[in-house]
Amino acid sequence: MSQSAVATSQAAPEICFDGVDLSLGGLEILKGIDLEIRRGEFICVIGPSGCGKTTMLRLIAGFHRATAGAVMHEGRAVNGPSPDIAIVFQDYGKALLPWRNAADNVALALEAMRVPKSQRADMITGFLGKVGLADHAQKFPSQMSGGMQQRLQIARALAQNPSVLLMDEPFGALDAMTRQTLQDECLNLVENMGTTVFFVTHDIEEAIYLGDRVVTLSPNPGRIADIHTVNLPRPRNQLTTREDPEFLRLRRVLFDFIQGH
Amino acid sequence: MSALLSMRGLLVPALLLLGAEVLVNAADLSSNNIAPPSAAFAALLRIMLDGTLFVSTGQTLLATAMGLAVGGSLGLVAGILLGLSRTASRLMTVSLEFFRPVPAVALIPISMLVFGFGYAMEVAVVAFAAFWPMLIYCKGAIEAVEPQLLEVAQMLRLSYFDTVRKIVLPAALPRIFVALRTATGIALILGVTTEILSNPQGLGFAVMSAQQSLHPDNMIANIFWLGVLGVVVNSGLLWLQSRLFGNAGRPGGGR
Ligand SMILES: Nc1ncnc2c1ncn2[C@@H]1O[C@H](COP(=O)(O)OP(=O)(O)O)[C@@H](O)[C@H]1O
Ligand SMILES: [Mg+2]
Repeated sequence: MSQSAVATSQAAPEICFDGVDLSLGGLEILKGIDLEIRRGEFICVIGPSGCGKTTMLRLIAGFHRATAGAVMHEGRAVNGPSPDIAIVFQDYGKALLPWRNAADNVALALEAMRVPKSQRADMITGFLGKVGLADHAQKFPSQMSGGMQQRLQIARALAQNPSVLLMDEPFGALDAMTRQTLQDECLNLVENMGTTVFFVTHDIEEAIYLGDRVVTLSPNPGRIADIHTVNLPRPRNQLTTREDPEFLRLRRVLFDFIQGH
Repeated sequence: MSALLSMRGLLVPALLLLGAEVLVNAADLSSNNIAPPSAAFAALLRIMLDGTLFVSTGQTLLATAMGLAVGGSLGLVAGILLGLSRTASRLMTVSLEFFRPVPAVALIPISMLVFGFGYAMEVAVVAFAAFWPMLIYCKGAIEAVEPQLLEVAQMLRLSYFDTVRKIVLPAALPRIFVALRTATGIALILGVTTEILSNPQGLGFAVMSAQQSLHPDNMIANIFWLGVLGVVVNSGLLWLQSRLFGNAGRPGGGR
């Protein structure tokens, strides 16, 4: 990459909220949101239920238009959904096509990206392999556990070859063991691919464990209360990271924040 | 089905039949108007053996299927188009609400004027009757497609055509099949009704002419057979539905 290309790519943040207000149905949902997300950064958002986390994610996704201010993606205003910004929806049961098996669900993204038919099979095998579903290509979503369905959603998202991955409480409905496994797999994947991640969760520990920074939202209307930088070494480790004094300090701070609401 | 055929399920019908048998014999009712179950079963065997039952069954099924094919496919297309386009749906609401409550039987006199007595008229009435449930339910099936799936389509920037082809229609298919089942039931009823009123063929006409020629045993046998036919057609479609869609075949059971 040339010197100037590096300079411009560093100049524009991957995602930028610039004084964003959002009203829906006459109701003020988000107010005065300013946030810059660097390329390859893992941002976690926490806050009490109904404070506007999902709404913020949907603004980046292009499903909402800011009432005031602007949401920018790589320096350009977001003006609608695009495969370059992939979403892993909260409710996997409603986001996968039940009449397509795992391989064909991933194929949907490749079809949309106009990947030639001859190349699809290998790519599908690759993406399913990345999320540990290589042996389940022929299974239908109804034949898969919640964790497997969420893996499949991630595989489809990866097949979009996105620069930004939006995840809305993706592991919230899973049991603790599955959740930890998926957290680690998710970190590995996005690190290898250099993807920028906007991750909504209601789990304080999950936010610290995954994130480079943790954004806290206050409700009514939703606004950014604080942004905490997570000074924990990578790769993260389920045992040592969670015992790190910095982890415990942040957990305390965020816990107090949540308690305050 | 298995519940319907279980021993306990058969107890009540058996008792009712027995009661009817005893009552009709004891009261010595005029045999020109009513027949005991035993006579009706004898008549059923007779019309099975001489083949008349199967001829009229074939006539009824063929006319119903033709009407269903015509009215059902028109209703399917119209329902899908109205389900896809909110503008079209709004434009058509008044016209649809005006025609929908018209009972299909009320069209028999008009159809007789246009098509005369016979086959074409029966097909026209059945088509009209099948059109409405097909339209209403197919429109509903399209409108009930999970909004999240439409957002997936938007995220992937699928074209309108691809969204309909790859997302909306397959997602609506289980409910569309339910629409077909409902329309089939209604088509069968209207087919037989038309035959009773004005088309001299099929099972409806067989019931009618048996009654008018004072053969109540024959009439009851044909009515019983109509019941059997209804159950067979519906369970056949139910079986097909579970084969095709499994759990997803039940509306709301898409998981
Ligand atoms: N389409 C909408 N129209 C009106 N209000 C909405 C809409 N979507 C969300 N809201 C409201 O916005 C607020 C924030 O919702 P949401 O972003 O889903 O919260 P969170 O994800 O943090 O739980 C809630 O009060 C919700 O009722
Ligand atoms: Mg939410």
